[in-house]
Amino acid sequence: MKPARAFDEIRGTEADGARPEFTALAKWLDNTPAAELSRRQQEAEAAFHRLGITFAVYGDEAASERIIPFDIVPRILTAAEWDRLSAGLEQRVRAINAFLGDLYGPRKILDDGIIPAELVLSNPQFRVQMAGARPPHDVWCHIAGIDMVRTGPDEFFVLEDNARTPSGVSYMLENREAMLRLCPELFEMFPVRPVDIYPDALHATLRSVAPACAARSPVCVLLSPGHHNSAFYEHSFLADNIGIELVEGSDLEVDDDIVWMLTIEGRVRVDVIYRRIDDDFLDPLSFRPDSLLGVPGLMSAYLAGNVTLVNAPGTGIADDKAIYSYMPEIVRYYSGSDAILPNVETYRCREPDALKYTLDNLDELVVKLVDGSGGYGMLVGPTASRDEIEKFRAALAAEPHRYIAQPTLALSTVPTLTESGVAPRHVDLRPFVLTGAQDVTIVPGGLTRVALREGSLVVNSSQGGGTKDSLVLAGRRDEAVEH
Amino acid sequence: MLSRTAGLLYWIGRYVERADFTARLIEATIRLDALPARGAEGEAWLSALAVAASTGSFEKSGEPETPAAIGRFLALSAANPSSIRSCLDAARSNARAVRTALTREAWESINRSWLDLRKRSGAAGIQGLLALADSVKAESRGFEGALHRMLRNEAHWFLRLGAAIERADNTARLLDVKYHLLLPKGARVGGPLDRDQWTTILQVVSAVTAYRWIYPEGLKPWLIADLLIWRREMPRSLAACVSEVVEMLTEIGGVTGRQGEADRQARIRQAELLRVSGQELFQAGLHEFLADFITENATMDRAIATQFRFG
Repeated sequence: MKPARAFDEIRGTEADGARPEFTALAKWLDNTPAAELSRRQQEAEAAFHRLGITFAVYGDEAASERIIPFDIVPRILTAAEWDRLSAGLEQRVRAINAFLGDLYGPRKILDDGIIPAELVLSNPQFRVQMAGARPPHDVWCHIAGIDMVRTGPDEFFVLEDNARTPSGVSYMLENREAMLRLCPELFEMFPVRPVDIYPDALHATLRSVAPACAARSPVCVLLSPGHHNSAFYEHSFLADNIGIELVEGSDLEVDDDIVWMLTIEGRVRVDVIYRRIDDDFLDPLSFRPDSLLGVPGLMSAYLAGNVTLVNAPGTGIADDKAIYSYMPEIVRYYSGSDAILPNVETYRCREPDALKYTLDNLDELVVKLVDGSGGYGMLVGPTASRDEIEKFRAALAAEPHRYIAQPTLALSTVPTLTESGVAPRHVDLRPFVLTGAQDVTIVPGGLTRVALREGSLVVNSSQGGGTKDSLVLAGRRDEAVEH
Repeated sequence: MLSRTAGLLYWIGRYVERADFTARLIEATIRLDALPARGAEGEAWLSALAVAASTGSFEKSGEPETPAAIGRFLALSAANPSSIRSCLDAARSNARAVRTALTREAWESINRSWLDLRKRSGAAGIQGLLALADSVKAESRGFEGALHRMLRNEAHWFLRLGAAIERADNTARLLDVKYHLLLPKGARVGGPLDRDQWTTILQVVSAVTAYRWIYPEGLKPWLIADLLIWRREMPRSLAACVSEVVEMLTEIGGVTGRQGEADRQARIRQAELLRVSGQELFQAGLHEFLADFITENATMDRAIATQFRFG
């Protein structure tokens, strides 16, 4: 199965020109010389360097601090597309929260045989420490980043759920800043919905889930592993824009199940912790004892109901790739209706038939580690070498339960500035879904990642991917489009 | 404010100030070394190492005692914890960690000087060092400008507190080492000295014109000491630095509602410094006075770290 020519989100599939709503953008692209686009792009990247919007690449000493390449050509979603997407995202994230509450509570979904119990209970992402726990307001996954891919005008699929500590939202905000400055004409051409409400929306979400015992104005902090972490820029950016303290483990201490932060004025009680460190490192007394990043006693304070962790520990079970394949059933089970956003077809290699199919079709499939991320430990069959395929064949045969396989999708493309002019490149989209005590909030936009190498389907920044601004248009009724 | 944040800010203040001072020192040494009536070959550079308290670490590096090697060691060596490069690396690393407490301007000026130094990491020869020193000085002026426009809050005060402590240390070292290294053995302190060498010292602290304004009687070593120790209108004088420390601690105490050992020590130092007269000082020995000052300054630094719990 060779992927067909990909759908281009601006120029459509037909050779005869842009999708009608994007004629203006296609015209802008055609009329702006590549050299001018390139100049603006360099200006944006220089600004990113100056601001230090960098990320670390693990295992690459020479380039230990890089910016993620930024592409000046935006990706655009119409109001109708976005409405459908956001309805689907809300449905999915509500189901994920219900699922987590059920798994760590009554486990009805296991009793009803929707998911094999051993897939959950023996999964390292299932945190026994959380069994029987109820997070404040019953919200588990407050911040989710759902990776979407597209193959046609109406074909959106969820590729991956990120229910732990999804990153990338700072790029959504900084890319928009850059575009407003460098391509103001685009924002006259299109009624673009703003994304800069995100920090306020996040703050409202954090405050809404404070424990009942918290002060009237709860103290929220962002807990980061520190400035050597690859996403540190984002941590400081968010803390700054929300207006909360950016803390590290050593800034917090737990005393009699109360969490305090150490300040020059003495100790200040903390109510909500937006943690950007993994479960494993949260608390050496409950998880990895060798963790220096966490706070001893934090889990005890959490389980005593004195502090809220955002996201709750144990949400990783919901974005495990083996669980992912059951997500349509999970959504149906909790929401009572079919998933608005379909999954990509997935073969669970733990099942003999699926394993056989995978091994027989390795050169056409994408194979992933169930607990991998960042594009590591992944095989893209159609572009892989013989050697790589054989290596995966051996790995699959040895530990089939650690892998899933998916067909290679013809991911949509968006025109992108390349060394040889503007050319189509494959993209994905990560919108961010906030779940507070009362509401689900989805800021209209997201992180568009683009595979900069021609033909490449791997968009991860750690694998040389770049980012684009993602414009979501206001409906015609909201604002006039005619110009 | 988090104690850790306060500590990082305080050290940003120290590192930026130290980088600036080292740049000035390199510039002055190049001038000293070019004077027609200079001392022994390379003496100016050895004294620069002593001022920067880097004599020991330079010896350990095994580099030859040539002007170029010492200049590179002071400016660019990663093995020298006080080199401009090490200071800017540390300042930037701290600044990254406390991005939220800095304004964009303050962060950008630190990041820019760091990026700029990386570009110059191959700086060769005296010309290269001069250009580097110029750019470091310009960037630190930029940082001071950004500091000036910051909200007057704890972040601002801790940055200035660190800078004041560092500046006091630098001025004391400069005065002390010049006295001993540049004086011929056996000569009396305050005796006749080559005016060009004194001019150069004033140049290190950008005070040539200021000196002429204040002392119309011409260059005199004791007047230079007067300027750099007691003159509060001279921002690098010990008196100005010590007062700045008191002032910053008072501002911080005003917000936290707490004062402590650091405040007490700072006030005592201020009072003591004003109590000593020039004559007493020269009789007791300037070197002893400066050595004591440097030790007290280090004690002050520890008291600050303890009081704000970042030690």
